[in-house]
Amino acid sequence: MRIGVFICHCGSNIAGTVDCAGVAAQAARFPDVAYSTDIMYACAEPGQDAIIEAIREHGLTGVVVASCTPRMHEPTFRRAVERAGLNRYMFEMANIREHVSWIGKDMDANTNKAAELVRMAVAKLRLNRELTPKSFPVTKRVLVIGGGVAGIQAALDAADAGLEVVLVEKEPSIGGKMAKLDKTFPTVDCSSCILGPRMVDVAQHPKITLYAAAEVESVSGYVGNFSVRIRKKATCVDWDKCTGCGLCTEKCPSRKSYDRFNEGVGPTTAIIIPFPQAIPKKASIEREFCRQFTRGKCGVCAKVCPTGAIDYDMQDSFVEVEVGGIVAATGYDLMDWTVYEEYGGGRYPDVITSLQYERLLSASGPTGGHVRRPSDGAEPRDVVFIQCVGSRDPSVGRPYCSGFCCMYTAKQAILTKDHIPDSQSYVFYMDIRSPGKGYDEFTRRVQEEYQAQYIRGRVSRIYPSRGKLVVCGADTLMGTQVEVAADLVVLAVGGEAAHGAPQLAEKLRISYDQYGFFMEGHPKLKPVETNTAGVFLAGSCQGLKDIPSSVAQGSAAAAKVIGLLSRDMLESDPQIAQVTVSRCIGCGKCIEVCPFKAIQEIDLRGQPRAEVIETVCQGCGVCNATCPQGAIQLSHFTDNQILAEVEALCRF
Amino acid sequence: MAVMQGKELRIVGFLCNWCSYGGADTAGVGRFAQPTDLRIVRVPCSGRINPLFILKALTSGADGVLVSGCHPRDCHYAEGNYYARRRLEVMRGLLPVLGIDPGRFEYTWVSASEGQRWQHVVEEFTKQIHALGPIGRFPDAPELASLGLGAG
Ligand SMILES: Cc1cc2nc3c(=O)[nH]c(=O)nc-3n(C[C@H](O)[C@H](O)[C@H](O)COP(=O)(O)OP(=O)(O)OC[C@H]3O[C@@H](n4cnc5c(N)ncnc54)[C@H](O)[C@@H]3O)c2cc1C
Ligand code: SF4
Ligand code: SF4
Repeated sequence: MRIGVFICHCGSNIAGTVDCAGVAAQAARFPDVAYSTDIMYACAEPGQDAIIEAIREHGLTGVVVASCTPRMHEPTFRRAVERAGLNRYMFEMANIREHVSWIGKDMDANTNKAAELVRMAVAKLRLNRELTPKSFPVTKRVLVIGGGVAGIQAALDAADAGLEVVLVEKEPSIGGKMAKLDKTFPTVDCSSCILGPRMVDVAQHPKITLYAAAEVESVSGYVGNFSVRIRKKATCVDWDKCTGCGLCTEKCPSRKSYDRFNEGVGPTTAIIIPFPQAIPKKASIEREFCRQFTRGKCGVCAKVCPTGAIDYDMQDSFVEVEVGGIVAATGYDLMDWTVYEEYGGGRYPDVITSLQYERLLSASGPTGGHVRRPSDGAEPRDVVFIQCVGSRDPSVGRPYCSGFCCMYTAKQAILTKDHIPDSQSYVFYMDIRSPGKGYDEFTRRVQEEYQAQYIRGRVSRIYPSRGKLVVCGADTLMGTQVEVAADLVVLAVGGEAAHGAPQLAEKLRISYDQYGFFMEGHPKLKPVETNTAGVFLAGSCQGLKDIPSSVAQGSAAAAKVIGLLSRDMLESDPQIAQVTVSRCIGCGKCIEVCPFKAIQEIDLRGQPRAEVIETVCQGCGVCNATCPQGAIQLSHFTDNQILAEVEALCRF
Repeated sequence: MAVMQGKELRIVGFLCNWCSYGGADTAGVGRFAQPTDLRIVRVPCSGRINPLFILKALTSGADGVLVSGCHPRDCHYAEGNYYARRRLEVMRGLLPVLGIDPGRFEYTWVSASEGQRWQHVVEEFTKQIHALGPIGRFPDAPELASLGLGAG
């Protein structure tokens, strides 16, 4: 074998703390190394060209690049060696940036460690074999999980490109948080006027199948061919029959149910159509409030329903769909702010969340758009907004900025003035973060044109006094204590990952961070991909973001899926397990442990033997570590290859 | 020169590609400084790790072996890390029989987002190995074949 070794400087990223020429000189003495050099930027065009040229000029049959993590550029370099006529698996990488130059400043130790990692890569490469991918057909259908504005955008874009789309939403209607908003910053245009038509498009699009009140039960398979089991929750209303006339909701005698859509501002009935523009516009029964279930008798809705759609005995049902790609767009939820004792911990009815305030402002909300405070229904005059409740606060495990609260608080202060012209708003803030287009102008307008009083500082206590809530805090700019007697206090509660997000991530086999937000493939270069092929992200499930960014990500994720499914065939990864039949004793241990049921028993002249189903194997190598005979080996990660790496590290 | 004499000890890490290798990358991107003793072998899944790899490393001159995979339930391959856990537990029990201090081997779970946690794991494990000092050499370390690992 003739191996070429290329040590990348990555500008000064590596060369700053590693003697790259020194590593190249050491590598020249490793077995089978025929050519060794250092190179400024291996991944840039001149770098790749130099590799290709060296392969041709020196008749190289394998290449090692020592540079950044293989998780980043392995595909890039594999393509490069392929362009030079080598098999793309005759290539190895040594990670001397993330694992060396970026984590230590000791030049000698780094240079030595880098050389060791190159020695290891060379040792492995010497045992690499040419591998050829197989191709397999893809299912041209995409699953979108979550029907907020991000999921809606992804679904519509993918469907417009001709893909079949299955949209799964856990609530009885799509729309997500945006459907609850009154107006939206920075233009203060009506939220449902811009979202409503899109929701209707979803309902009417011939390519979109919508499952509302549904959740993903399980996912199996892999990119191009996932099998998804969807649980349709029993709504106790046959949606094929329900016309959404709403007679049932008028007659339902249970009138004290928690109103989830309206964030608990005012009660609702036990049978609900969440809001007038709901899509689908169908009724569903919330069992915990329904008298038929809590008291065992009622039946009013069944009596009044003109189409006989009510079915109290309905059970959850399941559908199975095959899809080629998946977009997760499950959004966010507000954190539980009642951990804050200083804001009353939930004891004062007139301390409400920002989302509740949106419902009070909304013309389609429970108060018809008249701002009424919950305790006595009076119109508030002095309104205090408190920002960063549950954001940028490590003491409650929420060190991150929620990103949209500064802006929506400014919006709500403007809307307060519009609704109640003689009102006065006070905003307690830590910093104002408004980097979007037109955003900073917006936060200035609220202070200059709408006379909202911005007070930089934290609130230390809220207490009730003579029908008012006294808000005490510090003004850190003036260096004084302030007290404001408020009629209503609105908390800009920060967001957190949607409830159940980690469980969904586990089903999708994607990573999530310590807060439950899904991990993108790369923070800059793969913002909507995940490290699981075929699974993409859109909207706040990846990290909190406002509507424009959520929509942009929805479109981006759709573009990725469209690109993926524009191909008729995908290439399977040839790094899969292989059985050497002559060594196999047919014990079946590998069949037992394979998490993907990728191994079957075959009959060889009356003897049982194991055989790997190539398109099913995912290449985990669990079987390899299980086989007592070493008969089943994971290509590209065989026992001998890994042991060669160990040897290279230990024997010298 | 394999390790920096007098400064470093020989520590081999086996990391799964999807979680812990990514976590080590995240630590690098965050410039979380770490001791230089550790060299990382990338494997697809912690379930790919044959305990004999670890024994082989320890009998060939590694002073410590660190294994890290995805958190239980988060395995990229659904359940590979459960197999890993069971096997590695059994193997740990074997170490004293072979005259190897069990403190030379550790396994842990680090996700791709946990750069800081990775830094901590590396610091602690390196400290632990330095406290144990260099491993005695096994002049006639058993060869691969006798460990029943010859194929591939
Ligand atoms: C008070 C307030 C005011 C705001 N005002 C503005 C504004 O004026 N302008 C602006 O740009 N932004 C505003 N925002 C931010 C805005 O709400 C978000 O940017 C936007 O809603 C994010 O959309 P999304 O689709 O990512 O998430 P979401 O809107 O949260 O939608 C996620 C959807 O997924 C569903 N879901 C969750 N889990 C599952 C599951 N496991 N299975 C199936 N479905 C699931 C949910 O039910 C929901 O329908 C405001 C936020 C708040 C809190
Ligand atoms: S490598 Fe082995 S255990 Fe893993 S999926 Fe393939 S056949 Fe199954
Ligand atoms: S574990 Fe090994 S010997 Fe047993 S059936 Fe599988 S390949 Fe054959």
